[in-house]
Amino acid sequence: MLYYIFKRVLMTIPVMVIVALFVFLMLRLSPGDPAAVIAGDYATAEDVARIREQLGLSEPIVVQFTKWLGQLAQGDLGTSIFSNKPVAELIAQRIEPTMLLALTTIIFSVLVAVPLGTLAAYRAGSWIDRVVMLFSVGGFSVPVFVLGYVLIYILSLNLKLLPVQGYRSPFTEGIGPFFAHITLPTLTLSVIFIALIARMTRASVIEVLEEDYVRTARAKGQSEFKVLMRHALRNAAVPIITVIGIGIALLIGGVVVTESVFNIPGLGRLVLDAVLARDYPIIQGLILFFSFIYIVLNLLIDLSYSLLDPRIRY
Amino acid sequence: MSPILDIRGLTVSLPKQADRPYAIKDITFSVNAGEIVCVVGESGSGKSVTSFTVMGLHDKRALTPVAGEILLQGENILNASDAKIRRMRGEKMAMIFQEPMTALNPVAPVGDQIGEMLEIHTNLSASKRKAKVLQAMRDVHLPDPEKMYHSYPHQLSGGQRQRIVIAMSLVLEPVLLIADEPTTALDVTTQAQILSLIKELQERRGMGVLFITHDFGVVADIADRVVVMQNGEIVEQGPVDQVLGAPEHPYTKMLIAAVPSMTPPEREEVTGETALSATRLNKQYGHKGLFGGGRVVDAANDVNFIVRRGETLGIVGESGSGKSTVARCVMRLIDPTSGEVLIGDTDIATLREDKLRPHRRDIQIVFQDPYRSLNPRRTVGQSITEGPVNFGVSQAEALDRAKRLMSIVGLAPEALDRFPHQFSGGQRQRICIARALAMEPMVLIADEAVSALDVSVQAQVLDLLEDVRDEFDLAMLFITHDLRVAAQICDRIMVMRKGVVVENGPTAEVFSNPQHEYTKALLAAAPGHGTFDKESA
Amino acid sequence: MAETASPAPQAAAQPSIWRIALRNRSVFWGGLILVIIALIAAFGSFFTADPMDINPMGRLKPPGDFGLFGTDQLGRDVFSRVVNGARISLTVGTAVAVISIVIGLFLGLVAGYFRYMDAVIMRVMDGLMSIPAILLAIALISLSGATLLTVVTAIVIPEIPRVVRLVRSVVLTVREEPYVEAAIAAGTRTWLIMLRHVLPNTIAPLIVQATYVCGSAMLTEAILGFLGAGIPPEIPSWGNIMSEGRTFFQLTPWIIFFPGAALAVTVLAVNIVGDGLRDSLDPRIARTMR
Repeated sequence: MLYYIFKRVLMTIPVMVIVALFVFLMLRLSPGDPAAVIAGDYATAEDVARIREQLGLSEPIVVQFTKWLGQLAQGDLGTSIFSNKPVAELIAQRIEPTMLLALTTIIFSVLVAVPLGTLAAYRAGSWIDRVVMLFSVGGFSVPVFVLGYVLIYILSLNLKLLPVQGYRSPFTEGIGPFFAHITLPTLTLSVIFIALIARMTRASVIEVLEEDYVRTARAKGQSEFKVLMRHALRNAAVPIITVIGIGIALLIGGVVVTESVFNIPGLGRLVLDAVLARDYPIIQGLILFFSFIYIVLNLLIDLSYSLLDPRIRY
Repeated sequence: MSPILDIRGLTVSLPKQADRPYAIKDITFSVNAGEIVCVVGESGSGKSVTSFTVMGLHDKRALTPVAGEILLQGENILNASDAKIRRMRGEKMAMIFQEPMTALNPVAPVGDQIGEMLEIHTNLSASKRKAKVLQAMRDVHLPDPEKMYHSYPHQLSGGQRQRIVIAMSLVLEPVLLIADEPTTALDVTTQAQILSLIKELQERRGMGVLFITHDFGVVADIADRVVVMQNGEIVEQGPVDQVLGAPEHPYTKMLIAAVPSMTPPEREEVTGETALSATRLNKQYGHKGLFGGGRVVDAANDVNFIVRRGETLGIVGESGSGKSTVARCVMRLIDPTSGEVLIGDTDIATLREDKLRPHRRDIQIVFQDPYRSLNPRRTVGQSITEGPVNFGVSQAEALDRAKRLMSIVGLAPEALDRFPHQFSGGQRQRICIARALAMEPMVLIADEAVSALDVSVQAQVLDLLEDVRDEFDLAMLFITHDLRVAAQICDRIMVMRKGVVVENGPTAEVFSNPQHEYTKALLAAAPGHGTFDKESA
Repeated sequence: MAETASPAPQAAAQPSIWRIALRNRSVFWGGLILVIIALIAAFGSFFTADPMDINPMGRLKPPGDFGLFGTDQLGRDVFSRVVNGARISLTVGTAVAVISIVIGLFLGLVAGYFRYMDAVIMRVMDGLMSIPAILLAIALISLSGATLLTVVTAIVIPEIPRVVRLVRSVVLTVREEPYVEAAIAAGTRTWLIMLRHVLPNTIAPLIVQATYVCGSAMLTEAILGFLGAGIPPEIPSWGNIMSEGRTFFQLTPWIIFFPGAALAVTVLAVNIVGDGLRDSLDPRIARTMR
């Protein structure tokens, strides 16, 4: 078991290096002088030179990469061109709203989607199934920001139920205001997640319900509800968890958009500000940071399989 | 005394698009206390539909009972409420299934799965439940029940899992046990043990057993009475001695005649030139991990044999014996770890794929599964001509050859334009044989080539294999788990166990005078040993 | 043996993929909506006002006198802008689907069939998958400048890993099939085996995948436009229209709602076709649907 964990952790290293290499090459291989691109149309020659110096673009490419990789390994994500602050510090300042929004979204989505998907699977082909599936297709089809605006329009502007925009920290401004402000973004972002998880739950449970051991459980005289809970859902768990893990990349993308719609000062806003300011080190640092989160979470999910399925032993 | 199970005029309909209106039609038979009734038939006979309908576990979307009644101790199951049926399952009737590998929930300890039965139907305390589960596990002779209680299904062998399922189904002492092909997925030695266990428990408890099987050997070993089914109808029923000894219906007669005899016919020694030989053939799977993890399995260990033209060498063994590994190494579908494989005079064991390709035509194979051996998107003609065309035969000539071969294997040459799904399993195996012959090989490997076929079809395909071997002077390597089949077709036999050849000799000698303990055990375990071989000897 | 050998009831002739697909109701209706949208995209601009036409007198007007969908802050007709935006969305969606499927198919075949390439390709794909698609696209576009081509490229790259994984899993399954082994035994060359026996098995799942990729690409394009990181703002793509509508959202919600609805309907139609195709083409899932 320990050996396996060790091996899996080791295996993530090449993936992280590939991500780093990709991010690195993206800047170097883009057409034109990257320093000039970053500096923008109104930059002076000195500006361009300064940026080239700051990004280390004048050195040989292999030296640049190894140097940079060495810095990364020490947790140094680079320095913002405009504010001159370390990217890691900027991320730390903005991380709270993003993490909390992601967390509320995942919790809410799982709580809604797993029962829905299970119900749809159990009644496969019925009207309940059709409604769930229709909702799921719809969830994949409506753009997050449109949904956000529709919800703002109905719930905030017309019904005056919730605040329109903004963010309140639960640590400094209290739990009440936090939930009042996080509810709409969570609802918005959850729709696509509920669609994704409900769909996978349904498919996975349908498949498990065809298994011989479900027939065995029925042959014992077990009630249908317990057949679902004790036998079907436990065996369907691995693919469901897997899709949640893969969905994290989708969630991060969604967070950027949702923060923009609801004016939440999180990492998503940091990205957009950086894009407008062409502050490439920030974009680069954020990509690496999010990839790192994705890889670590999926590693944890991978390792959790052995808890869910005794056949997976390392 | 009234029977425990009384099925009267039961008819179950199929959905409209099926190839016949009824899965089973007007079935009437009964099972008494203390008796084992075997329902026997080939695929599509409706024997499994019968058993599942009794349990109320039939596929309710496709199958609808439309007439008749199923009386369990006088109570009609077809009219009972869902709750009532659920209560009867486990308490009055229980079922064991064909696939012990998949019949248990993989994520729950087996002890809990037996205990679940008690949880559902009784109010026993947890400690009493556990005591009862352990007793049930002892009753089915499982070793070390205390420890095994916490095991997961994947940690147990097929035979052990089937014992768990049996313990589970009998823990509440039902009056009726339904066994649906419970030993079909098991090795022959395990099968013999499970059969004797079922018989022992049935005698001790005096319950009735409804036993579904396709194997007349099993019928001979275990049945008190026999019900023979064909295409959803009962064609004959009666006491086992009567049905097996003096069958009345032509279908029953045909089925019994098709059971291959365990007594090999007299064979002359074949003296043709050597076509295929293997020397010190080894295949290891897995490798040592970087830090000492991982393990190595010897799938084939120092295997040596030769096959002459016109001769059939049988490799016999149970699952995991390495018999298929040998076949795949010889075919170079996998690379042997070491050793020589000579086809004619060429050692192909280590040839690179491009050097190997010219020699591939000399050695061809027929696989077990007729449904996956042919590309479903290509016509039979395309499949048969693919090989010859690879070797420079013109399309027209290859097609001519394919037509000739189709008639040799007993199919219409016009059928070359059709797709595989339009043929039955037996016909597809014939097509696969034609495809192999189209390459004009020296060696033909039959890897469990008749194991997936019904017994009547099996006999025909065996005849065909023997005919083409003689006609084309082939060296044949015949891989099988079935001693009866091996007895009929092989000139010589090699018995394998865990990757090692334990016995090797002319078929008649191995059968009449086995040397190795394992060979003796295999022969003794063959179902129906006593019954069929007295008459055909 | 036993029941496993009973032949599956199948039709006598093998109907083509398209015949099977069109029999499915979702495919038919979803496809019909798509055809209508495509026709509007292709010919709609002949019948509407110029989407660039500025009208200082009719700014921010609600739907009605100044056009079916109202006007924006420059007085441009939202209806004609939405009609013109359809062309961009469909172009991006189709281009991304085709390109990512072609590249993914090639990489997936190579990874699935050649062991020594597998580890390398799949690690690169793992890396790509770990980068959030939208961030990757934003970074690529901000570096290489916003044009239709860079937007398509930026959306294609993160879509590739999923296609590769799908193709690879099909190849890994199919290469174990006895009929592939029979072809190897018959001396068929590797590229012919890929072409004849492996490739055809990937087509049905790839068609299904292509629809999903198409739908998600249209969404991504709109999101990029909305964030101001997509196609140049002067082009009336749905994302750009909505991006410009943000400022006046509380006042004139229609500027966002109409293109949003158009986008949602289009993507919905694509996804419904995808679901229908999956049900009718993928036998494993279809079995559980019956």
